[in-house]
Amino acid sequence: MASEHDVMPSSAPGESQTTITTRGMELFLSGFLMVVAGFVMYDSVRVGNGWASDGPEAGYFPFYVGLIMFLASAGTFAVNLLTRKPDLSNFVARSSLVLVLKVLAPTFVYLGVMYFIGIYVASILYIGLFMMWLGKYSLAKTVPIAVLIPLALFWLFEIAFLIPLPKGPLETALGF
Amino acid sequence: MDAFASLIHGFGVLADPMNIVYMCIGIVLGVLIGVLPGLGGANGVAILLPLTFSMSPTAAIIMLSSIYWGALFGGAITSILFNIPGEPWSVATTFDGHPMAQQGKADEALTAAFTSSFVGALLAVIVITFVAPLVANFALRFGPAEFFAVQLLTFCSFVGMGRESAFKVLAAMMLGFALAAVGMDSVTGELRMTYGTVELMRGFDFLIAVIGLFGIGEILLTLEEGLSFRGKSTSITMRSVLNTWKRLPKFWATYLRSSAVGCWLGITPGGATPASFMSYGIAHRMSKNRANFGKGEIEGVVAPETAAHAAGTSALLPMLTLGIPGSPTAAVMLGGLLIWGLQPGPMLFIEQKDFVWGLIASMYLSNVVGLIIVLTTVPLFAAILRIPFSIIAPVIVVICCIGAYTVHNAYLDVVIMLCFGVLGYVMKKLGYPLAPLVLALVLGDLAESSFRQSMLVSQGSLSIFWSNWLVGSICALAMLMLFWPLISILIDRLRNGKNRHQGEATSA
Repeated sequence: MASEHDVMPSSAPGESQTTITTRGMELFLSGFLMVVAGFVMYDSVRVGNGWASDGPEAGYFPFYVGLIMFLASAGTFAVNLLTRKPDLSNFVARSSLVLVLKVLAPTFVYLGVMYFIGIYVASILYIGLFMMWLGKYSLAKTVPIAVLIPLALFWLFEIAFLIPLPKGPLETALGF
Repeated sequence: MDAFASLIHGFGVLADPMNIVYMCIGIVLGVLIGVLPGLGGANGVAILLPLTFSMSPTAAIIMLSSIYWGALFGGAITSILFNIPGEPWSVATTFDGHPMAQQGKADEALTAAFTSSFVGALLAVIVITFVAPLVANFALRFGPAEFFAVQLLTFCSFVGMGRESAFKVLAAMMLGFALAAVGMDSVTGELRMTYGTVELMRGFDFLIAVIGLFGIGEILLTLEEGLSFRGKSTSITMRSVLNTWKRLPKFWATYLRSSAVGCWLGITPGGATPASFMSYGIAHRMSKNRANFGKGEIEGVVAPETAAHAAGTSALLPMLTLGIPGSPTAAVMLGGLLIWGLQPGPMLFIEQKDFVWGLIASMYLSNVVGLIIVLTTVPLFAAILRIPFSIIAPVIVVICCIGAYTVHNAYLDVVIMLCFGVLGYVMKKLGYPLAPLVLALVLGDLAESSFRQSMLVSQGSLSIFWSNWLVGSICALAMLMLFWPLISILIDRLRNGKNRHQGEATSA
């Protein structure tokens, strides 16, 4: 049982856990979907949503898709805005949100780094960082795992299946 | 019996030893995917799909469907030993499976779960063997209007049968259709919703969406609760298997009932998850040991597992015969068929006999092989689950990224995949269903082209969808499903109207 390495949300006692209400999040997402639906309808009108000499135009079907999406999201939006019993519960506890962000932020950085140094080296850094920062492993335990897994993936994709993945200067230097 | 002859032909296709090898690889990978959080049947198949592009379609579908069966088996392991459902359809298995494990009867619970999965799958495959050719034969008469009507029914059923808000189901579904429409229009060649960018010309691939929504989204959700596996360890001995098998035949009625529920919900797009809950509920109500449910009753393991596996298996029936998948995983496989250049639908049964019957024959064999593999390797998979989450999680993220990249060898896809992950996390938390989104994304182009073809036939008049009894009754059913939330509110109002008036009067 390696319970000390489990990732659990932790919070200091007395710290406020409130972030955003579920209602606020509902309004945000349905509003976002309404905007997306607006873009869909706008572009469908641009390419033509009517009837051409050779049949329905390209925007014919997507226009109605956008329209239904807009109406449905407007429904969710209205229900949450006008209800007499708004859901004011917490959307996500602060400690959980911190944990989710602690994973998301490095992942976005990982993608950025991947663009420059290739997926394998980036994966070594990502797995290593994750284990040491969130899992609190020692460097000696982290290094073998963080190196061996990308190596195994390298063998699987580049050598066994011959599927090229993004590679960086290190792989080029080694002749791949 | 044509089906028998075709089935024997299908077993002939399986005689190729490579197909058997792919089957075994698929099952082991599937169980692995099933036990790991964040990797499920749908995105497991999505990640591995690009690896199959170089295989023959028959070998590829055998491997991918075996992954699916493996994932169905694997979900039970985590539910019973760790009280953590590896898959949504094994939530109901935790109710009685985990209490059994706590009482030291984990081997019994696992044997019962695996055997029930096997029986459920077997009955569903028998249904497929004999019903699918009939459905395909019938569907040969379908024109574009009929196909669109069936697709309409599928999507409307999500509204009518879903437990989520109808607005949310519709919004999620339409988001799927809209994303499917991005890129080049297949009929006129016009660019839609690309807003001048080259990257968007490719459109949104459903594989990218599935990997993000189900993979990354699931990881984030799991993280939020914090994850630690503290469970029972067990190994299954031959004797405990035989002892449990002796007890199982007396649940024959539960097996039949649960399989029927599973097949029904698998063929209609209910899917394995509601099937397992419904079957558990029915077994609870009808069982003689009602009081023991929730405390470790073996029947409470048998019922949901049978139904989940029957539903998962029978979801392939409408996919093969009509081109309409009954579950997200089946939707991903349907996307695979399209990529391999096979057009799902009734013609598949005529033009691709090797493919169809090879697949059906492989379902029989791979469930037998799967049962043997899971019964013998439980300790191994339970050990994998003891690897801490802080190692498993980054590895799964890396695998999701690789999976997203390999679809088109495009870096931007990986970024889009991660954005879908965040979207999936928020949508799931707010109760937006993801299955209709994925299905709409996969079926979007097919649905649009059948709609436009029918419009061409009728010169733009919607009356074509009521032009004969067949298409008319399907459309009427679809409308019933679409407006079911409204209808049920009306029925409730009529029934409770009187009571409520009295209630308001007293409270005022």
